[in-house]
Amino acid sequence: MSKESLAQVFARAKSEKRAVLIGYVPAGFPTLEGSKELIRALIAGGVDIVEVGFAYSDPVMDGAIIQEAAEVALRNKTGAKEVLEVVSSVSVPSLVMSYWNPIERYGVKEFTEALASAGGVGVITPDLTIEESGDWIDETERNDLHRVYVVAPSTDDSRLAKVANKCSGFVYAASLMGVTGARNSLADSASELVARLRKVTDLPIAVGLGVSTAEQAADVAKFADGVIVGSAFIKLVLQAPNITQSCKNVTLLARELSDGVRQGQVG
Amino acid sequence: MERIELVGHFGPYGGRFVPEALIGALDELEAAHNSASKDPEFQRELNHLHKSYTGRPSIITEANRFAEHAGNARILLKREDLNHTGSHKINNVLGQALLTKRMGKKRIIAETGAGQHGVASATAAALLGLECVVYMGEEDTKRQSLNVARMKLLGATVIPVTTGSRTLKDAINEAMRDWVTNVSTTHYLLGTVAGPHPFPTMVRDFHRIIGIEARQQVLEMTGRLPDAVLACVGGGSNAIGIFHPFIDDSGVRLIGLEAGGAGVESGKHAATIVGGTPGVLHGTRSYLLQDSDGQTIESHSISAGLDYPGVGPEHAYLHDIGRAEYRAITDDQAMHAFSLLSQSEGIIPAIETAHALAGALQVGNELGSGAILLINLSGRGDKDVQTAAQYFGIPL
Repeated sequence: MSKESLAQVFARAKSEKRAVLIGYVPAGFPTLEGSKELIRALIAGGVDIVEVGFAYSDPVMDGAIIQEAAEVALRNKTGAKEVLEVVSSVSVPSLVMSYWNPIERYGVKEFTEALASAGGVGVITPDLTIEESGDWIDETERNDLHRVYVVAPSTDDSRLAKVANKCSGFVYAASLMGVTGARNSLADSASELVARLRKVTDLPIAVGLGVSTAEQAADVAKFADGVIVGSAFIKLVLQAPNITQSCKNVTLLARELSDGVRQGQVG
Repeated sequence: MERIELVGHFGPYGGRFVPEALIGALDELEAAHNSASKDPEFQRELNHLHKSYTGRPSIITEANRFAEHAGNARILLKREDLNHTGSHKINNVLGQALLTKRMGKKRIIAETGAGQHGVASATAAALLGLECVVYMGEEDTKRQSLNVARMKLLGATVIPVTTGSRTLKDAINEAMRDWVTNVSTTHYLLGTVAGPHPFPTMVRDFHRIIGIEARQQVLEMTGRLPDAVLACVGGGSNAIGIFHPFIDDSGVRLIGLEAGGAGVESGKHAATIVGGTPGVLHGTRSYLLQDSDGQTIESHSISAGLDYPGVGPEHAYLHDIGRAEYRAITDDQAMHAFSLLSQSEGIIPAIETAHALAGALQVGNELGSGAILLINLSGRGDKDVQTAAQYFGIPL
């Protein structure tokens, strides 16, 4: 059975009057096999789309939790080959989340071709600007991969339009000004940003940064098409004594969040 | 596909590789820099600080006894070590602190390795009434505890960074994270000619005064331009400052001296251009030290100020087009030159600067007695007394 496309996943969620749940795990964390198990546990709990993180030595958009996971993955010698191996193991649509240098080092053409062969559907690039995306746009088009850029509350309207215009699949809206990691409350900036994005794009909009609870997921699902959760899962893994317990806890949280994204939308 | 025009590039290098959250602030900074550079009132204020606070213009000292070890070439030292706070760093810091006020921001953040840029930033913040937070790798706070105390005495908050390698590169990561979070109130006062556009251009412009003064001074002293201009290169701010006004003087060789650590072949070095490859780090494309997966490799140097795995993009470009040449100086070569200048001229240089002096010994011997070498004496060595004493086995 072939996997759904991103568009199909968003369309199905829309027909079910809910938001899509997107979960993040860095490849190679806590081990190469462990990251594959965690992803299966996310999917068992109801995650619709998986972001496979490509650990990087200098992750300026990430808070302490994901930094720690990245350091573990790097100690495990996780490189492009391992990231692609994890992608090929995922049973739902998966994107790679990567800072730019590892992709440039691997080769833009080579990376996009290898990712497409591995069955990945796209790439989220938190530090690639549209101005630097010449070859990236050409090669992702050629390999039929989605390009997801991350916009922020500080992005002005004219730039939002320009960046959204270069996105495909969905637009990643950062809920607040800051780095990844759980927050106690969601800022109003998330709904404001999504409202501004709606005026300039018809693409689905997924909100990430700071979402960790079912209640927050339900809040975001009221105005966004997707909810992205990363640090909250990673934190459970860092706290658990072993991979079996990690997977159990991750599935439980995914199930709560999955309920959350079903409570938010009123129709 | 439609192509978007590239700004802030030096050939294939430079540009902006940053989270979208920072684009607005970088645009604002670029606009502020452009308007300030054309604003006579801003220039008057900056020049006033140069004269009455920093002590510019810095003098040129001819090093006659040192020259005996450098093939008897004429050795002219541009004395940035005599600036207030002890290095060239103050030129950029005052410029950016004035821009911070111009943009209506009240808080600056800075990264520091050896502590020189942190001290200069804390100084400018005190002078202009700005809040100042300095990020410094935990390792470096231990190696440079005196500078940590200096920053605190000046009223700054010093935050030890405990992530990654706990050195300068991680301090920059942490400063970027702060900036992403607080960008509406905060200016990131980056200390070198690296980072996303407009930093490489703006920081260079604030340091060009070194080369502008020196070019005139050498002409007055010798009646001609120097044969070569030498400077140490970590991120490359003092080097680009003295090189840039000579770029159109095709007869003047521009020579950057990188930190060769234990030797480039050992892998324990910070010679980014000599021993690195092109890639993207900290918002810009340039040469960097990276492995086959694009992960940054930790640099090594006896000099904390050169201990950085990246380099400014304009240096990468000057290297590729052949306008400037870059060599690696080992720790031992640098410390030899450090000792030689101290004992032949009575000037204790910063260990960073000692790399440039070691380069002068090489180039002087290559060119011989008719040659004139201009060296940027970028900083004084007070901060390095402990490191140097340890190196030479002097009990403290």
